[in-house]
Parts: sequence; C-alpha cells; structure tokens
Amino acid sequence: MIEKKANQKAWFMVLPVFLVVAFSAIIPLMTVVNYSVQDTFGNNQFFWVGMDWFRDLLHSERFHDAFLRQVIFSAIILTIEIPLGIAIALAMPRKGWGVPVCLITMALPLLIPWNVVGTIWQIFGRVDIGLLGHTLTALGIDYNYTQDSVAAWITIIIMDVWHWTSLVVLLCYAGLCSIPDAYYQAAKIDGASRIAVFRYIQLPKMQRVLLIAVLLRFMDSFMIYTEPFVITGGGPGNSTTFMSIDLVKMAIGQFDLGPAAAMSLIYFLVILLLCWVFFTVMSNIGEESSKGGT
Amino acid sequence: MDLSWMAWTKPTATFFIIILFLLVTMTIWELKSPGGAPRKGILQFESTRGDRLFISLLGSAFIHIIWLAFFSLSLWWALVLAGIYAICVFLWV
Repeated sequence: MIEKKANQKAWFMVLPVFLVVAFSAIIPLMTVVNYSVQDTFGNNQFFWVGMDWFRDLLHSERFHDAFLRQVIFSAIILTIEIPLGIAIALAMPRKGWGVPVCLITMALPLLIPWNVVGTIWQIFGRVDIGLLGHTLTALGIDYNYTQDSVAAWITIIIMDVWHWTSLVVLLCYAGLCSIPDAYYQAAKIDGASRIAVFRYIQLPKMQRVLLIAVLLRFMDSFMIYTEPFVITGGGPGNSTTFMSIDLVKMAIGQFDLGPAAAMSLIYFLVILLLCWVFFTVMSNIGEESSKGGT
Repeated sequence: MDLSWMAWTKPTATFFIIILFLLVTMTIWELKSPGGAPRKGILQFESTRGDRLFISLLGSAFIHIIWLAFFSLSLWWALVLAGIYAICVFLWV
C-alpha cells in the first residue's frame, strides 16, 4: 500500500475563516462568560459574584416561564411547518410553466426583512384598520391580539408559518427533484400505492434536506426575536415574552449585564444540546436506512 | 493590547486555558494516532475522539447547571461528577 503524505497546506486556507470566527464569535463569547460571573455598575468596573447569577436565574420563575414559552413555541412551529412544507412540496408541479411561478411565489416571503414581516402582521391583525382583525371582528369573532394572549399566540404562529414554511418547501422540493425517474418507474411496475411511494422512496430521499430544514427551523424559532417584538412587544402581559425578548429586556432595558450573560450562556447551551441531538439522531437514521436500502 | 473591556477574571481565564489545553492535547493525540478512533459505543452511534470530548464538555456544562438548580452543596462536587462522566464517555460512548 502506498502511504500518501498528508498535506498540511490546507490549514493556511482555513486561517482567514478562523480569524473571522474568532473575532465575531469566540472573543465575544469569552466576554459573555466573563460577564456572567461578575456584576457591573457601568464605567467598566466589575465585581466578582461567582455563580450567583446562574443560581438566581435557575430559581427564577420569570426564566422558567420564558423558557417554557420558547419550547412550546418551537414545538408548535416544527409540528406545523415540517409536515405542511412536505405536503406543499409534494403538491408542486415538476415541469411546465407552473414550476417558476410556484418557486417565485414560495420564495417571496423569505425575501422580506423580519421587522417588515412583523409590521405587516401587526397592521394586518389590527382591529381598527387591519384587514384580518377588522374582518374577524365584523364576523363576530372576538379577536384582539393586544389584549388576548391566545389571539397573540395564534397571530405569531400564523405569521411564522407564513414566513418560514416556504423554506421547508423549497428544501423538500429540491430533495424531491433529485430523485431519479427510475425509482418511480420501478414503483409503478411493482404497483406501489401513493403512500408506499412516499414512505419508501420520497421520504428516505428527503432525509438530508429534512435534517437541514428541521435544524434551521428549530434554531430560528428558538431564537425568534424581531417579529414578536414588533407585533406584540412580548405582551399582552408577558404572554409572548420568549427567551430572546426577555434576554434583551434584561440586558438592554434593565442593563443587568451579569444576569443577562448568564441567561445567554444557558440559552446557548440548550440550543447547542438540542441541535446536537437532532443532528445525531437524524443523521444516524439516515445512515441506517441507506445501509438497509443498499 | 488593552483587554479590560473583556472583563477577565482569574477563574474564567483558567477555564479557557484548560479548554485550550484540551484542544492542544486532542491535536497531539490525533497526530500520534490519526483517524480519531471511530467506534460505535453504548449510545449506538459512531463517535470519534473529538465527538467524545464534545459530549463530555456539553454534558459537564449541564451537570453543573443541574447541580446549581437542585443542590446547594459546593460546585466542586459537580466538577468531580463531570470528571467521572467524562471518563465514562471516553471509555464507553
């Protein structure tokens, strides 16, 4: 066997990326760690408090509530957007003039900046001038997202579904388009039902893109800030104060840098853990099914 | 270079130096025996040395958080527990 000499030149190619990441992520993260164990009254003066902020935070009801809201929100978003995205992708045409029309229509919501999406829905849902709010009220349905927390939740969830299902659709559509015709022809010869084609051909072939879709949608929904901030500002009461909104209130509103840093770190660790679990589980299923398939 | 804006403390500096030390150790280990020693452990998925370090560190962070949330004893016990956990991860995961 010929031993190939390892070429270490590639490290120089990675160096610029490493520097950019160091300046944009690693050094700020280190600073957050430093802040989380200290108290400050401004003027760059810091006082050591040890693990007190973490202890306070882990025992605070405000944090528990925000965390719970965030988990419920992400769970609802994934439960709606992933199946809906797959369904729309399956229903989209594969050839003809319908393809560009569908793709562009699907891509439109993704092109709108997040705060604009928030503003659109904020106005759309208003009872006095908004099309949705006004119509619902005229129909006799009691809908007011500024006073009713259920209405606020529904508005934000529908807004997120409107904004981000397209991403899942486009990813799934790309996955579906990459399946060679031979698979469908084989299924036809075997007399496979529509459900069997979906279960044994389309779903396994969409595995990779679905992994990306689930990860992206989970991370984005778990970190959602702009849209609920614009629509409800965390209200009514605290009913839509998700983790990021609470974090910003703490860090910038109250200027409690220490507790906010502790909260960011716990937030970061939770996202890291869940993403790792999703990634490991889903890529493992992928490997097993590809081994079983060949 | 003025690093006062980063608000360094001795304990946090020690923490990051240990992380750096771990990364350097892993690099040396990788150079001594390349390939990362992949294997399928008790969790039924393939992991390399780097994966095991990641699982150890992430798990240790959560051990400390859970300790702070539920126990009032010193955090050093959590560190001992995290050490045992890391050894178990490197042996069996």
